[in-house]
Amino acid sequence: MSTTHTVDVAIVGGGPAGLTAAAALSRDRALNIIVLERESAAGGIPRHSDHPGYGMRDLKTFISGPAYARRLTDTAAAAGATIRTNTMVTGWADEKTLEVTSPRGRELIQASAIVLATGARERPRPARMIPGDRAAGIYTTGHLQNVVHLKHGTVGRRAVVVGAELVSYSAVLTLKHAGCQTALMTTEYPSPESYAVFNLAGKTPLLGVEVATRTRLTRIIGKPVVRAVEVEDLDTGERRMIDCDTVVLTGDWIPDHELARSAGLDIDPGTLGPVVDTALRTSRPGVFAIGNLLHPVDTADIAALDGRHVADHVRHYLNGRRPSTEGVLIHADGPLRWVAPSVVRPGDPAPARHRLLLWTDTLVRVPTVVAAQNGKIIGRKTLPWPASPGRVFRVPSSILRDVEPGGGPVTLSLHTPLSISGRALLRNRRSRVRA
Amino acid sequence: MTTPTGYDVAVIGAGIVGSAIARELAGHQLSVALLEARDDVGDGTSKANTAILHTGYDAKPGTLESAMVSRGYHLLSEYATHTGIPIEHTGAILVAWDQEQLDALPSLKDKAEANGYHRCELIDAEAVYTQLPHLGPGALGGMTVPDESIICTWTVNLALATDAVNRGVTLLTSHRVDRVDAVGDATTVHTSQGPVTARWVVNAAGLGADLIDAMFGHSRFTVTPRRGELIVYDKLAHALIDKIVLPVPTARGKGVLVSPTIYGNVMLGPTSEDLQDRTATATSETGFEFLLDKGRKLMPRLLEEEVTATYSGLRAAIDHNDYLIETDAAQRYLLVGGIRSTGLTSGMAVAEYVRDQLAAAGLALVPRTDLPAPPRMPNIGEAFPRPYQRADMIAADPAYGRIVCFCERVTEGEVRDACHSVIPPAALEGLRRRTRVMNGRCQAFFCGAEVQSLLEREIRASQNDSAAPTVAAAAVQESHR
Repeated sequence: MSTTHTVDVAIVGGGPAGLTAAAALSRDRALNIIVLERESAAGGIPRHSDHPGYGMRDLKTFISGPAYARRLTDTAAAAGATIRTNTMVTGWADEKTLEVTSPRGRELIQASAIVLATGARERPRPARMIPGDRAAGIYTTGHLQNVVHLKHGTVGRRAVVVGAELVSYSAVLTLKHAGCQTALMTTEYPSPESYAVFNLAGKTPLLGVEVATRTRLTRIIGKPVVRAVEVEDLDTGERRMIDCDTVVLTGDWIPDHELARSAGLDIDPGTLGPVVDTALRTSRPGVFAIGNLLHPVDTADIAALDGRHVADHVRHYLNGRRPSTEGVLIHADGPLRWVAPSVVRPGDPAPARHRLLLWTDTLVRVPTVVAAQNGKIIGRKTLPWPASPGRVFRVPSSILRDVEPGGGPVTLSLHTPLSISGRALLRNRRSRVRA
Repeated sequence: MTTPTGYDVAVIGAGIVGSAIARELAGHQLSVALLEARDDVGDGTSKANTAILHTGYDAKPGTLESAMVSRGYHLLSEYATHTGIPIEHTGAILVAWDQEQLDALPSLKDKAEANGYHRCELIDAEAVYTQLPHLGPGALGGMTVPDESIICTWTVNLALATDAVNRGVTLLTSHRVDRVDAVGDATTVHTSQGPVTARWVVNAAGLGADLIDAMFGHSRFTVTPRRGELIVYDKLAHALIDKIVLPVPTARGKGVLVSPTIYGNVMLGPTSEDLQDRTATATSETGFEFLLDKGRKLMPRLLEEEVTATYSGLRAAIDHNDYLIETDAAQRYLLVGGIRSTGLTSGMAVAEYVRDQLAAAGLALVPRTDLPAPPRMPNIGEAFPRPYQRADMIAADPAYGRIVCFCERVTEGEVRDACHSVIPPAALEGLRRRTRVMNGRCQAFFCGAEVQSLLEREIRASQNDSAAPTVAAAAVQESHR
């Protein structure tokens, strides 16, 4: 019963990454590019992030999320890409054929190359296993911003925001817009250092929001609507109740990896997104992955630049070019949780923006990153920006310049300048034994 | 249908058992009211059980429960084929983890035989791992129960209640019973929305059955709410398991199991904790820790997957070893008590039994010959084609091609249909049970706002179809939460 369409490139997901890839690929008018977007409008998460701060690195501008979403959509459409909204990829018919549902019907879309740009979402309450009452008034930032900015709905009067990372402040702005006061932000980390930008100069509208560090949410109370939450001081174990009628669970991202996993692509145990090399190829030839599916999450402009980066490699693939050798795997060592991309192949270009993207669980203000292979240090960089929990830590990819092709996996580790010692080397040796 | 003297029968409680009884009685020339304290059917113990269709292999032989579960299994399986209630015949394996449990298996097989179930087989550890390759290490052996099945408990309840209403039953939701007055040959049931008069009263009030029973002057049992917490894992865990994994039962219920769900997830639970508070449906830290600890041993790989939902339900445990179904002919009153989690399976058999008890006590039963066909329920089971997969449905109505809940693949057409159905949802929770909307891994991150506005739109539209003010009020109230 399904009809089959054939395209050159199918891009799954019409957020910043997918739209930017579509625009870049469509400049070659010979290619038939389709973007499959399940929402009723393309643009992705910026559509409902109604505050400025978008487009800095990719468009060299500084605009609101909705304006940014519109501009990316218009650019892709003007370049010639077909953007299909209300169109959801529900599975794989074979290695290069997608099963698709839309009001037009049930279709099979057969593509020479597929780019996954399905993005990421915040873990909701059950995934965080927060016990207590099944109460109304609990949101993720995504849900909250959909309600407030797209549906012009209201929430409560007094909120507790869980998380104190970039997106958490976006949630506070949205709450304020909706007339809801933020009574408290909580973070399990010892310092909200990484968000200094928001606390600068006493000018932001966020000033005055108390941040409880080393604090976790332990229970939600209230039926049928939230009445209070219980929070715990992680150091003392002391618990206290905070009155509120709204709880926003922010951050704690997980990629929307269902299609990647159901395809059987290799999955990175750290990001939970597909493993990619610096050309953003997944483990299945002709299937690429970009954006926050790979690095949950970096800012929208960084996701978009993945889209620009992948275009050449998709073109090379369509022209029959294939990577020649096995890649070298890159591992992140604690407190680094993951690194993306995590495969380097000799002869491949540097990653997008010449940056490796990493995630740290510990704040290091002046971080030194060490790359080791076969028990030997092959690269070391001390960076002028901090490695902060709650945001992507970007490291110049030149740290991998001396990787030995065909050698063992490379381990990246994080140090304060004085702590690089035998311990790091020992750890690297151990990981070599494991490998 | 109400007459000057009221209804012939009032059934209290629109869970699975009460709905099945109302439906059964309405197959006769009787006027029947179905009273429900909550604003929707199936909103109490029936909504949060483990959703297993039991063969009754492990019931206590000779009990009413044993007979009812065994009969109910066949009745419900047959009814499901007519109504489209999703069932998957996955089968179950009881797994023994120590010598004592292993030694208990032969007697469990004997018990199954005594219950009239003859298809259990004892298998060795190797066979256990062949069928359950992701099971944690240490299993010593097992017993198969090939006909244990998974079922959509929400659709069961809704199908029975819809069928009842189609047969002419008056469904009175948000009617909480406060007291009863037996005057002459009629009983007046005073509810939160005024009196309802009936000649006969059937008490199927689940967690509140002992309280209603006391209103009739009885003090024969006490309901103890037994809390069961469940963890539902992501659909990506489904590949790990295609059968129900049961523990060898102990004195405290069936213990913690791992099972695929009819919606394509994997469930771990339940806990079993006796409480006092009949409204204590909160989840707890200790419950989660207990389940995770069990899960780590049962299927360590499962714990690497994301948790999609956590539930807490209350079972109506009573201080009595069997179902308690007793007629009080003098007061034209019948108690249906102690129907534990097996009530999902046994409900339709209990309804037959209740019918016969009432007839024996003097209720005249004249079968109707003009019954409507059973309702065809929307399929929300994962193993059967759903609207988003059906080119024919989408071609006929593009609303079935517009997926609004991405994780569960629920379409605009299904939400619309639910809102215009015989028993429309009172609020979002009811819509979730009818469509699966917002039950998925994102828990509203993507779809919450869209679904809420769709629900409000459709409820406004259904108000134009017919007056349903309580529905609209509830939806509006919910939208402001």
